[in-house]
Amino acid sequence: MDFLKFMEFKELFSESLITFKTNKVRTGLAALGVVIGIASVIALLSLGQASQRLIESQIEALGSNLLIVIPGRVTRGGVRGMVGGATTLTYEDAKAIASSSKITTVQKVSPGYSRNAQVTAGKNNTNTQIYGVTPAYFSVRKVDIEKGTMISQKDVEAMARVAVLGPQVVSDLFGEGANPLGETIRINKIAFKVIGITKSKGGTGFFNQDDRVFIPLTTAQKLVFGVDYLSTISIEVSNKESISQAQDQIGYFLLERHRLTDPTAADFQIMSQEDILNTASQVTQTFTYLLAGIAAISLLVGGIGIMNIMLVTVTERTREIGLRKALGATKKIITTQFLAEAVIITFFGGVLGILLGVGIFGVLAKIMDLPFVISPSSIILAFGVSTAVGILFGWYPAQKAAKLQPIEALRYE
Amino acid sequence: MSLISLSHISKIYQSGEVEVKALDDISFEVEKGEFVAIMGPSGSGKSTLMHILGLLDRPTSGKYLLEDMDTSKFSDEELAKIRNKKIGFVFQFFNLLPRTTALRNVMIPMIYGGVKPQEREKKARQLLEAVGLGKRIYHTSAQLSGGEQQRVAIARALTMNPAIILADEPTGNIATNQAQEVMKIFQKLNKEGHTIVLITHEPDIAEYAKRIIRLKDGRIIEDKINGRQRKIPNSKHQIPNKSKIQISKFKTF
Repeated sequence: MDFLKFMEFKELFSESLITFKTNKVRTGLAALGVVIGIASVIALLSLGQASQRLIESQIEALGSNLLIVIPGRVTRGGVRGMVGGATTLTYEDAKAIASSSKITTVQKVSPGYSRNAQVTAGKNNTNTQIYGVTPAYFSVRKVDIEKGTMISQKDVEAMARVAVLGPQVVSDLFGEGANPLGETIRINKIAFKVIGITKSKGGTGFFNQDDRVFIPLTTAQKLVFGVDYLSTISIEVSNKESISQAQDQIGYFLLERHRLTDPTAADFQIMSQEDILNTASQVTQTFTYLLAGIAAISLLVGGIGIMNIMLVTVTERTREIGLRKALGATKKIITTQFLAEAVIITFFGGVLGILLGVGIFGVLAKIMDLPFVISPSSIILAFGVSTAVGILFGWYPAQKAAKLQPIEALRYE
Repeated sequence: MSLISLSHISKIYQSGEVEVKALDDISFEVEKGEFVAIMGPSGSGKSTLMHILGLLDRPTSGKYLLEDMDTSKFSDEELAKIRNKKIGFVFQFFNLLPRTTALRNVMIPMIYGGVKPQEREKKARQLLEAVGLGKRIYHTSAQLSGGEQQRVAIARALTMNPAIILADEPTGNIATNQAQEVMKIFQKLNKEGHTIVLITHEPDIAEYAKRIIRLKDGRIIEDKINGRQRKIPNSKHQIPNKSKIQISKFKTF
């Protein structure tokens, strides 16, 4: 490095330490600004990345040979509705996809209708997602049964009032570890017999895959919610390589069934796992950057704190600077010395900030049940940024010091 | 060649409408091995002269040759290097770095001068030994008396084997008995061949020097070597101009 030519690193370091010892509290407070800035950058960046990873792993768990058909938007009288708002996707569409000879790449088709509803059992109640499904759902979406049986084709045909519960629902309604098989629950006041419990799949909050109640599709549509359309059709494609071929086959098939000629006017969307992953990644990435951006503001404030302290230091040490110049210190030496002081403060502030940030993230990850992963890139970034903050905000005070005329500085009282 | 040669040096400060001539056409020479005291009342321009001799300030006009180098040709950065190599400063207020040991204070000019670390420490110890502080090298300035601090400053001034030692009222802030001790060190250094320029307003301190130059109102009014009057070269003004005296008095306010 170039500045080492002017003064050895060891000398710079010990000179700076003497100054820091003189102003312990001030130096500590200046560093604290950087510590907090770096800590929040690290903690929030890691938090964002961990949520991103969690969501991705859940989407990946869907399987790479999955296609999901959802209703498209309805445009009526020039008003564009939201995606999924159309009511054009039906159980008949699903059956036709499964049986069509034109579609060669599809293995299993799982039509579904889901909506939130209040579920009660005795005195307990919970609001959860009700899934109207066919037996295909359990294999397509890889949901396993822990106890009892799953929804059968017979149940679907007979519009049976039977329900399979997720473990979260079981503990919400019957208490932890209870056996609710054979018990009765009520969904929108309609009684259902509990016939099975699914295996836990994990996930938290919005993505909790255990907080679900499965009932036969027909029962959900006609008895509970009074609709005749679907909210999704999940399709298992024979292998990963034929995903795009399947997407095309299903797409043209449904267009034809819905009597549409223009693919851009389609009243449905077909998404692969990759599409979902991309959409989700975009959202979580934006979220991560937003968090990091907020944290960066505190780092900026920390940097301004450093600059402030350094300016005070320069004024206070005017006589010392004059003396050093009289003894032969060049502008470069003075600049380097004050720059080094700023960088040393921010560098050690950065180290402490990284430790603190990792600690905070560790606690948050534990509370929020997120994977505890720290990316090395965020650590390197933090080091780089804290050093850059030192150089950036130390530069102006250092220049101010270097420009002092020796005689003016020596006279200064 | 002379070690120092000043010819027609003037320094004018502009303060608002008033021009103040701190130095007015000063010319003299200092040979190697001399011990010169520059005397004068406050406001006579002796501090300004010291700053110009020490390359801390530039004259408004005139020529200053140090070892035959024309100092007006150097940049600020080059002047810093020349100060480091050629000039040893001793200040009235010692100007040691606070909370720093005597040893480290003495090493500072050698750090700037690029002397190797082991040599630095060896030389600093030697010099502190020579000024009688061999046992106090790890004391910080707060733990040293005024006289001791000034001796550290003298050791610091000697580190780079300067061509000239410039001392600005070196005894101005220390007790009388310690002042004598400090002056004896200067005398000893002069005997060893060091060139010393001393600035003082105390006649008994000036007595230690072989040559005394008296300043008044920015002009040399007397130049004596071992008590013998010397011709003042190129002195245009023998009688101080009254109006000039009044202007000079602004400086003391």
